Amino acid sequence: MAAGGYSIFSVLREALRGHTGWGPAWRDAAPKPAYDIVIIGGGGHGLATAYYLAKEYGEARIAVVEKGWIGGGNVGRNTTIVRSNYLLPGNIPFYELSMKLWEGLEQDINYNAMVSQRGILNLYHSDAQRDAYARRGNAMRLHGVDSELLDQSAVRRMYPFLDFENARFPIQGGLIQRRGGTVRHDAVAWGYARAADRRGVDIIQNCEVTGFRTDGNRVSGVETTRGFIQAGKVGLAVAGNSSRVAAMAGMRLPIESHVLQAFVSESIKPFIDGVVTFGAGHFYISQSDKGGLVFGGDLDGYNSYAQRGNMPVVEDVCEGGMALMPRIGRVRLLRSWGGIMDMSMDGSPIIDRTGIEGLYLNAGWCYGGFKATPASGLCFAHLIARGEAHAVAKAYRLDRFATGHAIDEKGMGPYPHLH
Amino acid sequence: MRFNCPCCGERGAEEFVYHGDAAATRPDANSPTAMADFIAYTYERTNAAGVHRELWYHAAGCHLWLVVARNVMNHQIISVARARDVALAQTAQATCGAQSNGGT
Repeated sequence: MAAGGYSIFSVLREALRGHTGWGPAWRDAAPKPAYDIVIIGGGGHGLATAYYLAKEYGEARIAVVEKGWIGGGNVGRNTTIVRSNYLLPGNIPFYELSMKLWEGLEQDINYNAMVSQRGILNLYHSDAQRDAYARRGNAMRLHGVDSELLDQSAVRRMYPFLDFENARFPIQGGLIQRRGGTVRHDAVAWGYARAADRRGVDIIQNCEVTGFRTDGNRVSGVETTRGFIQAGKVGLAVAGNSSRVAAMAGMRLPIESHVLQAFVSESIKPFIDGVVTFGAGHFYISQSDKGGLVFGGDLDGYNSYAQRGNMPVVEDVCEGGMALMPRIGRVRLLRSWGGIMDMSMDGSPIIDRTGIEGLYLNAGWCYGGFKATPASGLCFAHLIARGEAHAVAKAYRLDRFATGHAIDEKGMGPYPHLH
Repeated sequence: MRFNCPCCGERGAEEFVYHGDAAATRPDANSPTAMADFIAYTYERTNAAGVHRELWYHAAGCHLWLVVARNVMNHQIISVARARDVALAQTAQATCGAQSNGGT
């Protein structure tokens, strides 16, 4: 590859050379017999963890093992939204750290991740919902996070084409976080992979973990389809499949796997310049830089490891879209797909030690894992390197269900299909 | 997904409401390990990748509770039974087991 990092000069130089000088962005590493730290899962969180371990905590001899190819899981299947508009004290500081890391990410990893702070607008449709959003907005501001409650006329100025006078769900206004927005999801995986690789991390693809080896109550390595890899510490970042991998270590987690569908339409001219969510159903939409409308809604609502969903939710999501902005009815759907979510019992994640010494768990991201990628990586790296929780991730304990410290942002109780 | 409801015949999944794992049974509140048992019962899941036995309620139909065996890898429905029949069979089995234990 071009010596040094990517820059305007490397782009110009390669433009003049017919782009013949670009090399692979990361090495195709083969597993070495032993590492200090092995991270299982080459998705956004695993790659970010490896990067921050090397950069912030000075760790060496790190490997990321991935059963398929990096970025083939949920980091490449989400709807690319980033935000920190949470309500509860255990969540807000964590997601705000993530937001701040997004804001400096591209300079940090020298990679264009197309971070676009185009604003996320949550619409409200009743007086009660307005009050709930005002409360959330105030909670955010108390934690130093930007939020603004808009009335109907302010929303009208932004998006005049919404169905404000809808008979059932008239739009009264919205809560906006202007620093929220979207990030190119694939670029996050590739950017972290390249940045980690440049700091010496081995990224080992097509290497599925098949078991753990322990020495007493201490983890000593992982069995993989490419042989045994000795490890001083092992971190699990395999959301969607956490229960399956943890079961190999004899653990039973407070997690169910569910399928969440996402959709993209054909490309159209610039239409929606921010992220908009419907408050009377579950529907959220933004427009990609290619012009496609990217949208989604609820979980299908039953346990699933199949990366595809069923028609009732497709219909439900499209009905939500039509209730919010009827003019999208003439846009054709290009494709839909599904991803497998680690649904935890309170809708919040887990970043913690496990009962096995040296084995660490990063799981339970529900359908909000993408926005958390940078902070998840940093906090998980902190936990693995220092052996104690990062200041903003102290609430994400594995034992919080047993001790009554669940972080139930939605107030649904231990029913993952309702979160 | 379509379920073959024992009462209504084959119906689309949109008529049904999901209620999770059918294998979970409420622990004995008087057991000395009741606290740990209830925590496991309420919060922990096997979440295996394969056949899952689960409860569905036919909300937009006959209002039967059903036990459905479904492969979560590909959404294939393997069997559908009335939850009442499943519960009665389990009770009968448990009673038989207790009687035979009592006899020995």
